[in-house]
Amino acid sequence: MPDDLNWAIGGEAGDGIDSTGKIFAQALSRAGRHVLTSKDFASRIRGGYTAYKIRSSTDRVESVVDRLDILVALTERTIDENLDELHEGSVIIYDGERTEMQDVEVPEGMIGLSVPLKTLAEEAGGAIMQNVVALGAACEVSNFPIENLDSALEKKFGAKGESIVENNKEAARKGQSFVQEEFDHEFDYDLDTTDNDYVLLNGDEAIGMGAIAAGCRFYSGYPITPATDVMEYLTGRIDHFGGTVIQAEDELSAINMALGAARAGARSMTATSGPGIDLMTETFGLVAQSETPLVICDVMRSGPSTGMPTKQEQGDLNMALYGGHGEIPRFVVAPTTVAECFHKTVEAFNLAEKYQTPVFLVSDLAMAVTEQTFSPEEFDMDAVEIDRGKVVDENEIEAWTDEKDRFQPHFPTADGVSPRAFPGTTGGAHMSTGLEHNSLGRRTEDTEVRVEQVDKRNRKVETAKEEEDWSPREFGDPESDNLVISWGSNEGAMQEALDYLEDDGVDVRFLSVPYIFPRPDLTDDIEAAEEVVVVECNETGQFANLLEHDALTRVKRVNKYNGIRFKADELADDIKEKLQAEEVTA
Amino acid sequence: MSSEVRFTDFKSDKQPTWCPGCGDFGTMNGMMKALAETGNSPDDTFVVAGIGCSGKIGTFMHSYALHGVHGRALPVGTGVKLANPDLEVMVAGGDGDGYSIGAGHFVHAVRRNVDMTYVVMDNRIYGLTKGQASPTSREDFETSTTPEGPKQPPVNPLALALSAGGSFIAQSFSTDAQRHAEIVRKAIEHDGFGFVNVFSPCVTFNDVDTYDYFRDSIVDLADEDHDPTDRDAAKDKILDADKEYQGVLYQNEESVPYSELHGLSSDMTEIPDGAPEGAMDLVREFY
Repeated sequence: MPDDLNWAIGGEAGDGIDSTGKIFAQALSRAGRHVLTSKDFASRIRGGYTAYKIRSSTDRVESVVDRLDILVALTERTIDENLDELHEGSVIIYDGERTEMQDVEVPEGMIGLSVPLKTLAEEAGGAIMQNVVALGAACEVSNFPIENLDSALEKKFGAKGESIVENNKEAARKGQSFVQEEFDHEFDYDLDTTDNDYVLLNGDEAIGMGAIAAGCRFYSGYPITPATDVMEYLTGRIDHFGGTVIQAEDELSAINMALGAARAGARSMTATSGPGIDLMTETFGLVAQSETPLVICDVMRSGPSTGMPTKQEQGDLNMALYGGHGEIPRFVVAPTTVAECFHKTVEAFNLAEKYQTPVFLVSDLAMAVTEQTFSPEEFDMDAVEIDRGKVVDENEIEAWTDEKDRFQPHFPTADGVSPRAFPGTTGGAHMSTGLEHNSLGRRTEDTEVRVEQVDKRNRKVETAKEEEDWSPREFGDPESDNLVISWGSNEGAMQEALDYLEDDGVDVRFLSVPYIFPRPDLTDDIEAAEEVVVVECNETGQFANLLEHDALTRVKRVNKYNGIRFKADELADDIKEKLQAEEVTA
Repeated sequence: MSSEVRFTDFKSDKQPTWCPGCGDFGTMNGMMKALAETGNSPDDTFVVAGIGCSGKIGTFMHSYALHGVHGRALPVGTGVKLANPDLEVMVAGGDGDGYSIGAGHFVHAVRRNVDMTYVVMDNRIYGLTKGQASPTSREDFETSTTPEGPKQPPVNPLALALSAGGSFIAQSFSTDAQRHAEIVRKAIEHDGFGFVNVFSPCVTFNDVDTYDYFRDSIVDLADEDHDPTDRDAAKDKILDADKEYQGVLYQNEESVPYSELHGLSSDMTEIPDGAPEGAMDLVREFY
C-alpha cells in the first residue's frame, strides 16, 4: 500500500473549492508525486456542501480511501461531513475569525489550526485569495516545498498577468509563515518530491483527448453531468484540428447531428449520461440499421430517472447492451481506468469504422470526476493507429455495383462488412434508411432479403470477435483458486484491495474486463476457480448476470426473424431437428 | 457541370408509391429542377427526410440520402453540412414531421442558420396513418382522432420561422411547377437556412385543403408590391390568417451562415493515418 497523504478542501458550492483543490493537486503532480482526486457533492445533510479530495503518494495511487489527514474546512459543516474519515492527529485548517467559524470545536485528538485566511489574503492584495492562503498553510503542515505551489499558481493564473500570480504567491506565503510562527506542532507528514514528470487529467478529458487523437472532427452534445467535461474539453481544442463542437437543443438532436456528420464521412461522436442515452436510444437503432460508424459515450451516473446526478453507479450496462426496440449489433466498450478512457476511445473509433457499427463507450462518474497522474508516455500519440475500414473511392465503386450500375452499400459480403462511399464520391450515390433494406439501401419486406441482411450485420460481430483482441486485464495471483471479476472503473480500487487481501493472507486472481460486447469468454476461468466474485457498482449485478448467462450452455434455440410468425408444422420440424441433434451429441 | 445535369438525373429508378395526384409529386419535381438549375449533381447532393409520406422522397430521388427517424431530419442535415460543406444539403419533411414531433428542431435549425434548404410538404393532414389531424390542420377539421376538429389553432410555420430569426422564409404551391421550382431555387441559393413551406395537397384524406381551395385562394407575391427584405412587411403578411401567400416572404440579404460565423470551412472527412500533428501538445497541457 502506498505511503499516502489524504488531503481535502471543503465548503459551500461557489467557494471555489474545485479550482483551489485542483491547484494543490497540480502542485503535487508537478512535484513528481502521484495524485488521485475525488469530489464530494452535497451528501448526507441537505445543502450546498462540496469538497475536493486528494490522495497523494510517491507510489501510484489507484483508489480513494476512507481516511483524511489534512482538511481545509471553509465551513463548520465540512468538519461534520468528514468526521468518519478524520482520525487522531488529523489537521484541520479553518478561519476562526469568520463569524460562523468562531465556535468551531475541533474533535478531540485532532489538531485545529485557526488561520485568519481572509485577513491574510487581504494583506496580500485581496480577500479572493483566501483559499490560496489555506494552500500555503497546508504546504507548511505537510512539509511540502512551496515552490511547487508557485508553479501551479503560475499555470492557473499566468494568463491573468504577472501581478495576479505574484499576489497569489504572496498569499500562499502568508499562510505558510502564519502556521510556522503561530503554532508549535510537530506534523507527521513529509511530502517528498521526485524528478518524475506527470500529467494530471480526468476520465472525461482523456476521452476528449482520445477523440481528437483518433481523428474525431465532429462532436455534438447537450450538457449533462457528468459528461459535460468531454464537451467542454473539446470546445476550443478540436477546432485547432479542423473539427467542431456544436451544442444541440437536446440529445435527440445531438445524436442525429452526429449521425449526419458520420454519414458525410467524418469521425463523429456524442457523449451524455443515462437520461440522455434514454433519448438517444430512439436514433440508436437507425445508426445501427444504416450501418453508420458512430461513437456514443455514456458517462454513467446513478439512475433511474434523474436519480442521483452527482453519484456513482454502473447501472447502464443493460441499456448499452439491449437498448432500443428490435435487435441490432453494437459494440460496448468500458474503459477501466482514466488512462484507458483515452485508449479505449481511440479503439472505439476504429471499431466503429472498421465494422460500420455504433460503439457505446461506457465510462462513469467515478472516472469523470477523478483527476489522476500518469507518465506522459502513457498517452503515446505516435502509437495511435487509424483504421477507416472499407472506404471506397470513385475508382473502386464499380466493383460494388449491381447489374444496373447501382452502388451497393449493404452488399452481403463474407465478413459482413460492406463497402462505404462518402457522399461526394462519383457514382456512389445511395440511400440509407432505418427500414429493413436490400443491398442498395432501399426498403424491402422480402423475407429472404431480411434474413440475408440480419445475418450480414451479425457476421460483422463474428468477424470482429475473430480479428480483434477482447482479452481482459489480469492482476493478482494467476494461480489462485479465488477469482474476482469486475468491469469498468472498479479496477483501481480492486487493484489496491488486492494488497489489503494479501496482507490478510488471501490470494486472488483478478480479471478486469473492458469489453462488454463482444466480451471475452470467461467460462473456463470461472469453472477452474473454486470461488468466483463479480464486483460492480449496481444492485442487480448486470455483468454477473451476463457471465452466468455465458456459462449456461444447455439451452438450444429455435429462432425466426424473417418477419413471419411461427407456423405449427414448421415449428414441429424445427424442434424435432434440435432434439435429434441432442440425441446425436448425447 | 451545370449544363450537363438534367433534373431527371435526380430521379431514381424507383417509381413513387404516393397516391396518384398527391401534391408530393410536384414538390419533388420542383426540388429536382431547382437542384439541377443550381448546378448540383446527384453525387454531391445529400437529401435527408424523416417519416411520413414525405419521408419516402429519398427513395424516389437519386442522390446520397438518409431516411431517418420521425422529426429529426434537420439535425441530420446540420451534421452532414457541417462535416462536408461541399455537399448540397436538402432536407425534406411533412407538416407532422417538421411542426409536430420535430417542432423543437425546426425552431433551432432556423436559429442556427446552417446553409441548407428545408422543404416541407404541408398537406395539413397525416396521410400515411390514414387521416388524422396534423399541426397545420384547421381548428374545425374533423378526422378520426378529432371528430369535432382539433379545437386548437393551427401552427403558423412561417411565423415560427420569422420569430426564430429566420433568414429565408418562403411558401409555394406544388402544382404551380414553375413558381415552386423557382422559389426552391432561391432557397438553395440563399446563404443560410432556406425554408420553403409547400402546399402539397393530400387527395385521399384532406377534402378541405384541396387543389381547388389553394388555386382559388393563393395570392402570389409576384403580383403584389412586396419587398422580401422588409421584415415588418413580411410579418404583416405572415400573420394575416386570411391569406395563403406564395413567394419569398422574407429574405435577410445580410444573412451569414453558421459555418462562416464559426469559421468552419474544412472538409472534416479527411484525417491523417495516425494522431494529428500537434496532438502531443494536448498531453503537455496536462502537465
